[in-house]
Amino acid sequence: MGRLRKLLIPGVDKKLLVRDAIKTMPDPTRRRFLTTGASLGALTLLAGCDVVDSSSAEEMLKKVSKFNDAVQAWMFNPDALAPTFPESMITKPFPFNGYYDLDDAPEIDGKDWKLEVRGLVENKKPWTLDELYRLPEVKQVTRHICVEGWSAIGSWTGTPLRDFLKLVGADTRAKYVWFQCADKDGYNSPLDMRSALHPQTQMTFKFADEILPRAYGYPMKIRVPTKLGFKNPKYVISMEVTNDYKGGYWEDQGYNSFSGS
Amino acid sequence: MSSLAVSDDHAATATQTKVIQPGWVRVLHWVNALAMILMIMSGWQIYNASPLFNFSFSSKFTLGGWLGGALLWHFAAMWLLMVNGLIYLALGFATGRFRRKLLPITPGGVISDTRAALTFKLSHNDLSKYNSVQKLLYAGIIAVGVVIVLSGLSMWKPVQLYWLSVLFGGYDVARYVHFTCMALIVAFLVIHVALAVLVPKSLRAMIIGR
Repeated sequence: MGRLRKLLIPGVDKKLLVRDAIKTMPDPTRRRFLTTGASLGALTLLAGCDVVDSSSAEEMLKKVSKFNDAVQAWMFNPDALAPTFPESMITKPFPFNGYYDLDDAPEIDGKDWKLEVRGLVENKKPWTLDELYRLPEVKQVTRHICVEGWSAIGSWTGTPLRDFLKLVGADTRAKYVWFQCADKDGYNSPLDMRSALHPQTQMTFKFADEILPRAYGYPMKIRVPTKLGFKNPKYVISMEVTNDYKGGYWEDQGYNSFSGS
Repeated sequence: MSSLAVSDDHAATATQTKVIQPGWVRVLHWVNALAMILMIMSGWQIYNASPLFNFSFSSKFTLGGWLGGALLWHFAAMWLLMVNGLIYLALGFATGRFRRKLLPITPGGVISDTRAALTFKLSHNDLSKYNSVQKLLYAGIIAVGVVIVLSGLSMWKPVQLYWLSVLFGGYDVARYVHFTCMALIVAFLVIHVALAVLVPKSLRAMIIGR
């Protein structure tokens, strides 16, 4: 464990840690704490307006963020492939990253674990790990880019999510696939259907040809090389095909939910 | 050409109230100043989430409160910077201002003007004409502005704009390019503001035009 601790990214944003602590605050306190964050500079910008209201600046910024999503949807091809790399370029050691220490990462017993499949699908049967391991696998070496700015190239092997969605008879006209995870505080993240159907989006069971280690999300992670890292949930325990936007761990705190690269 | 002809027609009035900085330059300059400050302050906060070097920026000078807030600011202020910058480039070329004001830049001129500047012998009597050092710095900072926007876009969309990130030597290198451009802009800003304070009539010209 001590050795693995070295893999932690240096210079973790202290604010991000604070936000984790905020999660434990009672709701009204928390909201007040959060809204002061994004609006520090807003006061100076809006000083001339009648509404020197911190939340109005935040609302404006969120609107621009939505506008950016619309511009990207209009400009870009959602099926564009993420660049792949030779294995020689894989980052070693590949960093562990989370809002908790590796010691606090979920410890999942693969024999007991089952993937729950819910929502707009024909077959809601839960999947054991052995059953999932028998599905056809694809390997890809792609760059993982964190919202914090760092990046690392890794090798991920697993089943294309779109094949699995077809297999369980998912309604692919639905808007989202929503993942829930075993992380403490219940990590979860929505993925827009177009990205879920992207050819490189993968249910990942192996890292560097080995069974996915605990640090990288055992037993299953969703690898989306066209999205920022926080849209790549680890320790996944369920997926739900839905038309509802159910929010996500980081999305709810202010990261852009599309976050496509 | 046509703009030159127009200024000839109005030569008589122009001598009375000689406009040093036309209105569009002044408006775009100050919008750009605001956009730059927002981009730099939010950019420093984003940098702090995963520093490239062995230091972080003090939270006194950052914008957004945390990474998520800073990203919202950065990707909002980028519109102000880009739209304003594109209008500036378009008008700079279309009106011939770039050609008139920034060219020619000769090594000899830069060397002799640098020497004159450092010994405080550089004349500022005619603010409508840039000396060689000014020409070099203003042309240079425009180029840096173009590179910082392009490197920023390549980091924001490294999949969609893959060719652009390749151009910068990959995602990782683009981060250093983006940072270096920021450092150059901040260095320019320090000199630019210091000189504006030393020659106050240049600041006045950028506010009221004369």
